[in-house]
Amino acid sequence: MRPLPELTAENTAFWTGGARGQLMIAFCDHCQNAIHPPQVICPACQSRHVGPRAVEGSGTIYTYTVNHQPWMPGMVVPFAIAVVDVDGARGVRVTAPVTGCEADAVKIGQRVRIAFEPSGEVWLPLWMPLERTAA
Amino acid sequence: MKAAITGTGMSDIGRNTGRPAILHLADAADRALARAGLTLADIDGICTYPGKADNSPGMSPLGTGEVRNALGLQTRWHAAVPDGPAQMAPIMAAAMAVMTGQARHVLCFRALTESSSQSAGRRASIPGAGRAEIGGWLSWLVPVGAMSASNWAGWMATRYFHEFGMTREHLGLVALAERQFAQMNPAAVMQKPLTMDDYLAARMISTPLGLFDCDIPIDGAAVVIVSAGDAAKDCRLPPLRIEALGSALRSQETWDQRADLTTMGAHDAAADLWARTAFKPADVDVLGLYDGFSIFVPLWLEALGFCGHGEAKDFIAEGNIAHGGRFPVNTGGGQMSGGRLHGFGLLHETCLQLWGHAGARQVADAKTALCAMGGGFIAGAMLINRD
Ligand SMILES: [Zn+2]
Repeated sequence: MRPLPELTAENTAFWTGGARGQLMIAFCDHCQNAIHPPQVICPACQSRHVGPRAVEGSGTIYTYTVNHQPWMPGMVVPFAIAVVDVDGARGVRVTAPVTGCEADAVKIGQRVRIAFEPSGEVWLPLWMPLERTAA
Repeated sequence: MKAAITGTGMSDIGRNTGRPAILHLADAADRALARAGLTLADIDGICTYPGKADNSPGMSPLGTGEVRNALGLQTRWHAAVPDGPAQMAPIMAAAMAVMTGQARHVLCFRALTESSSQSAGRRASIPGAGRAEIGGWLSWLVPVGAMSASNWAGWMATRYFHEFGMTREHLGLVALAERQFAQMNPAAVMQKPLTMDDYLAARMISTPLGLFDCDIPIDGAAVVIVSAGDAAKDCRLPPLRIEALGSALRSQETWDQRADLTTMGAHDAAADLWARTAFKPADVDVLGLYDGFSIFVPLWLEALGFCGHGEAKDFIAEGNIAHGGRFPVNTGGGQMSGGRLHGFGLLHETCLQLWGHAGARQVADAKTALCAMGGGFIAGAMLINRD
């Protein structure tokens, strides 16, 4: 079984936002800095006024890999894992498996939209390709 | 007076040796002490990375406690360094310890039994496997399917290929160069020839990295003795002066958030190293560069300024890092053909080169070496030199 993230004050909004279909990113209320992985202190201005906000849930693939090795029994391969620049959250990348296309069809620059699958109380993110590809 | 390396030793490393880690460690210590001309009674400090840990099978079976007890050491200073520049951290901590008078001769070690442990448990090198929950930086990787460091290195390689036109063949040259060196090193675990066809035909692990882009889990141990500058004069071999160290990190500790993933923590650490010395890359005779995955070698070459950003593929294709090249890298076969001792094997080999003990693969009159460890946000670099 794949381990799930330990839920903390910092990360609970991110890992449970999927229940409402929302990608939740931490933002600083003082300087509007987007913070990922989420923290309760803004590293840019040291403000403690930091909280989660829902972003659009779209993004652009910065890089990816196609995993071919079954690392544990029952693991279905191959699958792609994409590192995605998230729209509306400058400097934030969200990394997740790609679903909805063949693993070898994944490309850098591809536009994607977030989806979620529940596992216990956690909602794990997935990226789904959109038609349009960024330049 | 700068700290120095006065002895190194490695056990008879192998796959599925079935030997307890402490026996590998004791062999490595014996060999390092013999090289240094010291005895256990001279050792008054001990340091390791990361300390005893079971987060991945056989990853670190020994802490300072097990080794102190087995070797009967009476120490004035002991520490394990799980954070920081990882594999290089105990060497750096030891250098600082001897320079502040905490100890004179520090035994630094790394022991692994990943080969036996993985075979026995039929488990791959997966951090957190078997646990229900995972915290820290791994919690942003393992739960989303990025379970293996090959996935994380794969992201960097994919982006680097995209930006700079590197191909699998370029990384293949790194693997082939290491295998050629391994065939000149009886201690290396892989002795069979490796051709580009073999490399390209091997099964994919995590694109664009295939089987021969990955290092090899082994059982074994290595010991590096770091001594005070004045103490080193009493040792048997020329002391290898620790000319400069670098471990700067200017991004957060993640594998996916660094703004430019065609660079690593290596770039921050390397810049800091060169800021601390009058030496230049052209002064370097031989290198040990971390090669947990082949892509780390070109990234370290660029980080250290041996070529420009995006130029490593040509630098490698010109033969610079291979046997007979201007800047031979991982002359013992590296971790991809020699076996994964988490950087300590690479450091052992560069020290052998500076002492003229590298046998058939000896780089003529090597006096200055650069050893760099880590990938992703983990990075530590060291320049060593003898008179
Ligand atoms: Zn702020």
